[in-house]
Amino acid sequence: MAGNASQVQEDYMSVIQSYPEEKRYILAMMQDLQRQCNYLPREALEQISRHVDVPFAKIYSMATFYKAFSLVPKGKYAIKICDGTACHIKSSAVLIDQIFNTLGIKPGETGEDGLFSLETVNCIGACAIAPVVVINGKVHSKVSSSGIVDIIRSLGGHENDADN
Amino acid sequence: MMLTTSPDTKKILVCCGTGCQASGSLEVYRELNKKLAPDTGVQVETYTKATGCNGWCEQGPLVKILPDDITYCHVAVADVEAIVEKTIKNGELIKKLLYRDPATKKQVKSHHEIDFYKKQHKIALRHIGEIDPASIEDYLDWGGYQALQKALTMSPQDIITEVIRSGLRGRGGAGFPTGIKWQSCAGQEEPAKYIICNGDEGDPGAFMDRSIMEGDPHTVLEGMIIASLAIGAGHGFIYVRDEYELAITNLTRAINDARIHGYLGHNIMGRDHSFDIEIVRGGGAFVCGEETALITSIEGNVGEPRDKYVFPTAKGLWGKPTVINNVETWANIPVIVKDGAEKFASIGTDKSKGTKVFSLVGKVVNTGLVEVPMGTSLREIIYDIGGGILKGRAFKAVQTGGPSGGCIPADLLDLKVDFDSLTEAGSMMGSGGLIVMDEHTCMVEVARYYLHFLAGESCGKCVPCREGIRCMLEILTRICEGKGEAADLDMLEDLGKTLEIASLCALGKTAPNPVLSTLRYFRSEYETHIRDHRCPAGVCRSLTEFYVDPEICNGCGLCTKNCPVNAISGEKKEPHLISQELCIRCGECFNRCNFMAIKVK
Repeated sequence: MAGNASQVQEDYMSVIQSYPEEKRYILAMMQDLQRQCNYLPREALEQISRHVDVPFAKIYSMATFYKAFSLVPKGKYAIKICDGTACHIKSSAVLIDQIFNTLGIKPGETGEDGLFSLETVNCIGACAIAPVVVINGKVHSKVSSSGIVDIIRSLGGHENDADN
Repeated sequence: MMLTTSPDTKKILVCCGTGCQASGSLEVYRELNKKLAPDTGVQVETYTKATGCNGWCEQGPLVKILPDDITYCHVAVADVEAIVEKTIKNGELIKKLLYRDPATKKQVKSHHEIDFYKKQHKIALRHIGEIDPASIEDYLDWGGYQALQKALTMSPQDIITEVIRSGLRGRGGAGFPTGIKWQSCAGQEEPAKYIICNGDEGDPGAFMDRSIMEGDPHTVLEGMIIASLAIGAGHGFIYVRDEYELAITNLTRAINDARIHGYLGHNIMGRDHSFDIEIVRGGGAFVCGEETALITSIEGNVGEPRDKYVFPTAKGLWGKPTVINNVETWANIPVIVKDGAEKFASIGTDKSKGTKVFSLVGKVVNTGLVEVPMGTSLREIIYDIGGGILKGRAFKAVQTGGPSGGCIPADLLDLKVDFDSLTEAGSMMGSGGLIVMDEHTCMVEVARYYLHFLAGESCGKCVPCREGIRCMLEILTRICEGKGEAADLDMLEDLGKTLEIASLCALGKTAPNPVLSTLRYFRSEYETHIRDHRCPAGVCRSLTEFYVDPEICNGCGLCTKNCPVNAISGEKKEPHLISQELCIRCGECFNRCNFMAIKVK
């Protein structure tokens, strides 16, 4: 991303500097940055490393260890399929397949147009209304294998080339 | 917020837990407030509040009207006008919004008359769905912080003794006696001590901690403050999953309100004791539910566990003595202190006292949170409270304890559930997930699912867990694909036993449970996969073929409408046909069919 690089750097800095220069706030900084940028840019991680005086390698290991973080930008619509047990036995795996058939993306991937990204989450604690899909914070309950396709279409997703 | 209301005031409680919000309860709440605003000329005195999760998410959005004690289910924004005009103004019941008892076919006015609630005994969930979690005044109205007042008149040792006598065991999984843990921490010489609330609820299929943190955050705080008096701690942390946004919002607000009221902070209630609480948001790693990993994570590291030759009560957070308890455990503390240990200990079984909250989910009619006395049988929970299996199908197994637990078969349905009975049956209490499975659940695939989950969550620090789980997963995946071999089952057992002995932390030690318990009770299902290349449940796709039984099919067309790939054809009122070339074996038709006309080859 070109644009105003120094402005972007400052945005990272203002998030990071809102926390004291202590190691124990690294996780919180990352969470705020993930929310602001939709991923963790390398420059931001480097700034955290300098701010709290912890080697970059350690910061990187945390960014890759915790599931909440992504090192690549997520789509405009981040689809989270809950694959907790309750959702799983109510066929959440079928929803993942249906998304692949429709958008051509697998969990962890972002579509080429940047519109959709897909990930699975372990359990959002809404088991009573399984299977659940969360898209940009909105929870869709009891999603069927045909329902997921309707949801994607309503957000502007187009059928992948194949007719199957 | 004004709470001094006259007895005639209509109180309208809208459940705004995650489940009901997903079904649109916030919109209902806003619409109600709009329709009841002072300038609308509604003559009835009303008071609306958004409550935490009632646990009956299946029927949401739920709206309760007091003092009439009316419960409306599946309320939509369009229903609000009728509720205001008919029920609020004229006291008329709206029949179509009432719950219809599937057994008696009768409409039920109050949720108290429904089996799902009638047979429960609420302690940890006592306020949930009744109080407004955003209002400390409401909590005080319900007797909140009275336990703390009482604790301030007791000596630290008296508080600990009371908790020991109550017989409370940790609700997070292992069931360690809470009072003993406190005693051990209180006995440490070190002046700095910490208290942690473990709200990193990672077990897929369990959501009671979320519900408590969202719906009754002050209970958790009160429990922690009482413990701080008992062990002499000055700081506390609540570690919550970052995904639980509503829980974080409500807890943050509760902490601020508690500070303003003098329950938290410097010199609590004017006494010589200071204690404050901070929220730490978890990064979404299952292993952080393990206490030593959680502590490492709060310190600002990768959340890896350590060997527990020294317990956190001696050396915990930053090397200081630390008490760490689960959310549900904390929620029990105020009740024990306020009502006394005897009353609490009178509930439950010999070695497991009090109640347990279960999240009853899966293929069961009434899903949601259920709190029952320890020692209640699985049959009572699943059939009397849960209303039995969906579509009247056959019960196959219930999975308890999350990825560390196991599957319990139908012939153990009368098992009285407590910490010890579940362990004996090869499963465990865990955090209290109860996932009900019917004939369309493949036990091999369930075992594979848990191992897949654990393979992703193993932190990789110790070899048995990192490599062992992966090996077991490979074998299970092969079996699910129809490539299993006869020797695989022995190999799985052998690997499982090695993991139990040699892994560093509880994640690895208990990881084989889903496999070993299904092998113990459902071995023949594994053998059918391996020998006959068939998945009797119709789940493993390479081994499944669905077909329509023409004798049963009445051509209603429900399956055709719901098939995502248009693989089902047939004239109306004529038996339908599934095209095996087009079918993706998703099982949607099987699940939808009301006549059990879809069969598995």
